[in-house]
Amino acid sequence: MLLRHTPKEISERKGLTINPAKTCQPIGAMYAALGIHGCLPHSHGSQGCCAYHRSTLTRHYKEPISAGTSSFTEGASVFGGQANLTQAFNNIFNVYNPEIVAVHTTCLSETIGDDLPQIRKKAIKEGKIPEGKHVIGASTPSYVGSHVTGFSNMVKAMTELAEPTGKKNGKVNLIPGWVEPCDMEELKRITDLMGVSTIMFPDTSGVLNTPLTGEYKMFPAGGTTIAELQSTADSTGTLALGEWCSADAARQLDKQYKVPCTVLDMPFGLKATDRFIEALRTLAGVNVPEEVMTERGQLVDLISDMHQYFYNKKVALVGDPDQLIAMTEFLVSIDMCPVHVVTGTPGKKFEKRIREITADMPYEVNVKAKGDFFLVHQWMKNEPVDLLISNTYGKYIARDEDVPFVRWGFPILDRQGHQYFPTVGYKGGLRLLEKILTALLDRKDRDDTEMKFELVL
Amino acid sequence: MRKVAIYGKGGIGKSTTTQNTVAGLCGLGRKVMVVGCDPKADSTRLLLGGLAQKSVLDTLREEGEDVELEDIRKEGYGGTWCVESGGPEPGVGCAGRGIITSINMLESLGAYEESEALDYAFYDVLGDVVCGGFAMPIRDGKAEEIYIVVSGEMMAMYAANNISKGIMKFAQSGNVRLGGLICNSRAVDNEQEMIEKFAEKLGTQMIWFVPRDNDVQRAEINRKTVIEWKPDAPQADKYRGLAKAIDENEKFVIPTPMEIEELEQLLMDFGLMN
Repeated sequence: MLLRHTPKEISERKGLTINPAKTCQPIGAMYAALGIHGCLPHSHGSQGCCAYHRSTLTRHYKEPISAGTSSFTEGASVFGGQANLTQAFNNIFNVYNPEIVAVHTTCLSETIGDDLPQIRKKAIKEGKIPEGKHVIGASTPSYVGSHVTGFSNMVKAMTELAEPTGKKNGKVNLIPGWVEPCDMEELKRITDLMGVSTIMFPDTSGVLNTPLTGEYKMFPAGGTTIAELQSTADSTGTLALGEWCSADAARQLDKQYKVPCTVLDMPFGLKATDRFIEALRTLAGVNVPEEVMTERGQLVDLISDMHQYFYNKKVALVGDPDQLIAMTEFLVSIDMCPVHVVTGTPGKKFEKRIREITADMPYEVNVKAKGDFFLVHQWMKNEPVDLLISNTYGKYIARDEDVPFVRWGFPILDRQGHQYFPTVGYKGGLRLLEKILTALLDRKDRDDTEMKFELVL
Repeated sequence: MRKVAIYGKGGIGKSTTTQNTVAGLCGLGRKVMVVGCDPKADSTRLLLGGLAQKSVLDTLREEGEDVELEDIRKEGYGGTWCVESGGPEPGVGCAGRGIITSINMLESLGAYEESEALDYAFYDVLGDVVCGGFAMPIRDGKAEEIYIVVSGEMMAMYAANNISKGIMKFAQSGNVRLGGLICNSRAVDNEQEMIEKFAEKLGTQMIWFVPRDNDVQRAEINRKTVIEWKPDAPQADKYRGLAKAIDENEKFVIPTPMEIEELEQLLMDFGLMN
C-alpha cells in the first residue's frame, strides 16, 4: 500500500499539490519542436532543465532526444543569458547544422527577464544565424499552465515561419495537437483517404517512432518541413484539433494571414471522429469514401457487440484537457460512466465542458482542472470505480485500490505500443475499446467464482 | 496609441511627474492608461485620490488565474485608466517577474486593444532598470518612447546615464527610443543649463524643466495632482506645458550614453561656474 496515507476524507487544499497531473511547459515545447523536420530544440536555461525534459521524452517515446541548452551558470543568471544563447546558435549551426533551432525558455530565464524575441532579432541582425537557417522561440515558464501550454506555445511559434506568397496552395493546415507519432500517421492516412491535401504541423511521425537500422540520425526523415510551415499562410483553412493544444496557433494564422480556422475536439472515439470527418468532407467537398464508412461501421459493431460489458461501468480519468474531453464524450456514448475527471492543466472551461458532456448522466460528475492524482484517489475511495484511465502515474492508485487500469496519455513509462498503435479515428477507437475490454474482462475472469467462470464472453 | 515609459532614479519624482503630466494630457482630451510598475503600488495615488487600487499581483494571488480586466483596472481623474502591477514586500520574492506577469496579463486581457481607444499608455517604472523584469516595459512592441526624469544632482544624472545604456541595448533590435529628459528641479546651481548640456551629450533634448514648487507637496497631501487640486496654480501650468511638449514631441533618438569621467567633468564644469 504505497499510498496508504491518502485519507478518504477530502479537506480543502489551496497551497499544496500532491502527485501532480501535469509537468513542465518545456517538455511540451520540446515535443512539438521535434515535429519540425531537421529541428534541434534548444532549452534557454540551466542544464538540469534540459536533461530532465529530454529524459522524460525518451522514457515515453523510447527514442534518443537531442536538444541544446544555454547552460546557465551563476554568471548568466546575474548578467542575463543573451551571450550564452548567441554562442549556442554559433555552436549549434557549426557543429550539428540543423535546419532550424526552436528555442524555449525555462523558469530561470523567464524570471530574470531574458527577452527572447530581442535576443533572436539581434542574432539574426548580427549574422549569427546562417543564410537559409531559421530560429523560432516560445516563452515557456513552468510556473504558468502545464506541459500542454508549452506545447501550444511552441506550435504557435511555428506560425512565425509562415510567409504568404499571395497565391493559395489549395491545402488545409491540420494541427493535430499532442498525440502520439502513430496518431499523426493515422491522421494523415485519414486525410489521404478523404482526398484532402494537408500541411500537418507539428508531425512527429518518422521522428519519434523510427526503426532501428544501426545508423544514428540526429535529424530523422520525418517532420513538417520549413517550406510547408512557410506555406501555411497560403492554405485555404486550418483545422485545429484540441482547444488547449492547437487553437492558439490556428487563431494566429487566422488573425495574421486571414486563414480561416475551425477548432475541433481531438478525434478520439465515435462522435469526435464523426465531426472531424464531417469537417474534412465539407472542406474537400467530397463524399465520405466507403473505406472510412467501413471503419466507422466496425467501431459501431464492436460497441454494440460488447455493450453489456461497457454499460454502467464507472470510470475515473486523469490526463490532459483535450484528450479527456474527447474520451469523456466517448465513454458517455457507449454508456460507461466517467464519474471522476481530473486534469492538472488549469482552465475553468474544462470543467464546464465535462459537465456539459455528462449533463444527461444519472449522476453528478466530479471534475477538476488544476487537480492532482491525490484528489482523484480520494474521490475513488469515496465512490469506487470499475476502471482507471490515466498515464503511468495512475498505477500506484490502481494497485492500492485494486482497480483495472488502462494506460493512456502522457507519459507512459512502463508499457509499450502507444507509439505504434494509434488511438485517434475510428480504428483508434477500436484500439481504445480493445484495451478497455481487456482490462475489464481480465478482471472478471480473475474474480468470477468457479460457477460463473465462462469460456465465451 | 503611444506607449510611454517613465524612468529615473528612485525618489526623483517619477510618479508625481507622470500623474501630473497625465492630468495635463487629459486636459488636452487624451485617453490615457497608467500602468504602475512599482511594487509599492503608489503610481496612481494622485489620480485615484488615495491608494485605492488592488494590484494585479494581489488579485492574481487571491483570485487565481481567472482574472477579468475590471478586477485590475480602475477609473481615475479625467477618465484615466489606472493599473498597479504591485509586487512583493521588500526583501522577498521577485518584483521584476511581477512586472512581466502583469504586463502579459494586461495584454492577454485586451487592455491595449483598439476597442479601448487609448491615446496613451504610460508605464511608471521603479528606479533603475535593475533586472530584466524592469526592462519589460521597453521590450519590443511595448513602450516605444522613454522619458527619463532627472535633476542636477550627481546620482540622478548617473542613473539617467545608466538607463540610457539600457535603452541603447533595446533600441538596437527594437523600436524603443528616448524622447527626452524631464528635469524635475532640485534647485541645484546652473541646473537647467547643465541638464540641457547633458541631454545634448546623450543625443536627446531636455523636453521640459519643472521648477521646484511646494504646491506639488500640498497637492500630494490632498491626494491630488496639482492640476486637479489647484487648476490655476503656476505649477499646474508647468505640468500642462510638459504634457503639451510630450504630445507634440517628434524627436526620438537612440541615446549615446556618456563615459563616467565625461559625466563627472560635466558636473565639475557646471558646478564650478559660480
